Amino acid sequence: MTTPPSTSNLARVLAAGHPAVAVEISPPVGPNPEALHRQIELLRGIADVYNITDNQSARIHMASLPACIMLKEAGLDPVAQFTCRDRNRLGLQADLVGAAAFGITNVLALSGDHPVCGDHPHVKPAGDIDSINLVRMIRMMRDDQVFESGQPIPKRAPDFFIGAVANPFSPPFDFRPIRLAKKIAAGAQFIQTQLVYNLDRFREYMRQVVDMGLHEKVAILAGVGPVKSLAGLEFMQNQVAGMDVPESLMDRMRRLSKEDQAKAGLDIACEIGEELRQIEGVRGLHIMAIGAPTMIPGLVERLGLLPRPTL
Amino acid sequence: MSLRTRLQDRPFLLVQAWRMTEALLSLLAKPLRKAGLERASRWVRPVEKPIKRLLFDCQMCGQCILHYTGMTCPMTCPKQLRNGPCGGVCQDGTCEIDGETPCAWVKALERLPRTPWDHERLRINPPVDWQLEDMASWVTLAIGRDQVTTGSDQGPRYVTEILD
Repeated sequence: MTTPPSTSNLARVLAAGHPAVAVEISPPVGPNPEALHRQIELLRGIADVYNITDNQSARIHMASLPACIMLKEAGLDPVAQFTCRDRNRLGLQADLVGAAAFGITNVLALSGDHPVCGDHPHVKPAGDIDSINLVRMIRMMRDDQVFESGQPIPKRAPDFFIGAVANPFSPPFDFRPIRLAKKIAAGAQFIQTQLVYNLDRFREYMRQVVDMGLHEKVAILAGVGPVKSLAGLEFMQNQVAGMDVPESLMDRMRRLSKEDQAKAGLDIACEIGEELRQIEGVRGLHIMAIGAPTMIPGLVERLGLLPRPTL
Repeated sequence: MSLRTRLQDRPFLLVQAWRMTEALLSLLAKPLRKAGLERASRWVRPVEKPIKRLLFDCQMCGQCILHYTGMTCPMTCPKQLRNGPCGGVCQDGTCEIDGETPCAWVKALERLPRTPWDHERLRINPPVDWQLEDMASWVTLAIGRDQVTTGSDQGPRYVTEILD
C-alpha cells in the first residue's frame, strides 16, 4: 500500500490503528440543499468519513460530486462514489479531476446497479469500463500523473485515497476473494463491503481473505445496516441486488409488534456490528441505513465508537 | 439445453477449435499485418462473425478473451464486465437484471477449470478499446493489437504479483 494521503481523515484514522467508521449519505433527489444540510447536522461527528452515493440503486439523485463539495465546505470528510454505469472514461476522469480540485481525496469505484433495476430502465448503461479498471485508472492518474489515454496531467497529480467495494454474499463465493485481490492489485487501498446480515458467510469470506494475506494490503470496512421494521428487512432481501438476509433474522422481526421492530432493528445492527469488530481483518464499519438515517447516531454510540478520534 | 450451452459446458471441442484457430492465425500473421487492420478485418469478419455469433453469442468487441473466460463471452454480461461478476448476482447464480438469465461470469468461472487456462481467472483484463468494436478479433489477435492497454500503465497483470 502506498503512503496514504494526509488530506484523508479516513486514511489518518486507519494509519493510527483506530477502528474506522464510515457512514453512507444518499443525496437529495431534487435541488434541495437544505435536505443535505439536515443530514450533515444529524451525522456530524458520528463518523470519520461520509460516502455520498452515485445514483444509488440506479435511481436518480443529485450527483455525488456537488454533494461532496457541500460536505467538504461543512467540514466533513466525504467519499465520492463513482459508478461505471453513468459515465464513460472521459466523464469519470473529468469528475475525478474536479474532485481533486476541491480537495476531495477519498474516492470509491463500483460497477453500479444496472439501469433496469432503477427508475430509468429505458436508459443505456455506459459500460465503458469495469470497476477494476476504474480503480486502475484512478491509480494511474495519481501515481503516474497520466490520463487513461497516456496524456500527462498538467500541473500536479491528483491526490486520491482509493476505495472499492466487495460483496461476499454474491455467488460464486470461491471467486469473491480473487476479485478482491484484483481490486487490490489495481490499486484499491480501502474496501467497503455489502451489508452483512449473514455472519457465517462473512466469516468464511474473511477467513479466505486472511489466508491470502489480503487484509494486510487493504483496509476492510464491513457493512452494517440498521432497519426500522420488518418491511425494511424485506426490502433489503427482495429489492437490493446481491443481498443475503437469513430467514432467522426475518423470523425474529416477524414475531414483534411494529414498535418493537424498530428497537429490534437497532439491536440486530448492534449485535452484528459487535461481531464484525471481532473478526480478523475487519478494520472498521461502513454504516448504510437505507431510509433510516436517524438510527445511525444511536447505533455508533451503542457500539462504543464515540467520540471519533480527531487527528 | 441448447447446442451452444452443451458445447460450452463441456468445452473440449471449443478448446481444440481455439487452438487450431490460434495456430492458423500465427501462420497468417504476416500477410494480415501487411494488409493492415482495416482491410484484413473486412476479409475476415464475414467468416468470424457468424461462427462466433452461433457458438458464443459473440458481441464482436474485437479483442477476444474467450479462452481467459471459460469459452464464455464476457460481453454477454449486461454490464459488459471483463474482470469477474458484479455484486448483483442472485443467490441462485442468476443476473440481477431479471433473476432468470444465468450470470455470464458464474458460467465462465464454472467452465474455466474444464479448459487448460484456469489460472487466467487471476488475470486483470484491460478495458475494452471501443475503436476495435466490430473488427475481426482474429486479425487483432494475429497482429498483436488485441490486448494493448491504453495509457502507460505498468501495473500488475496477474493478482499473483501482489500475493506473498
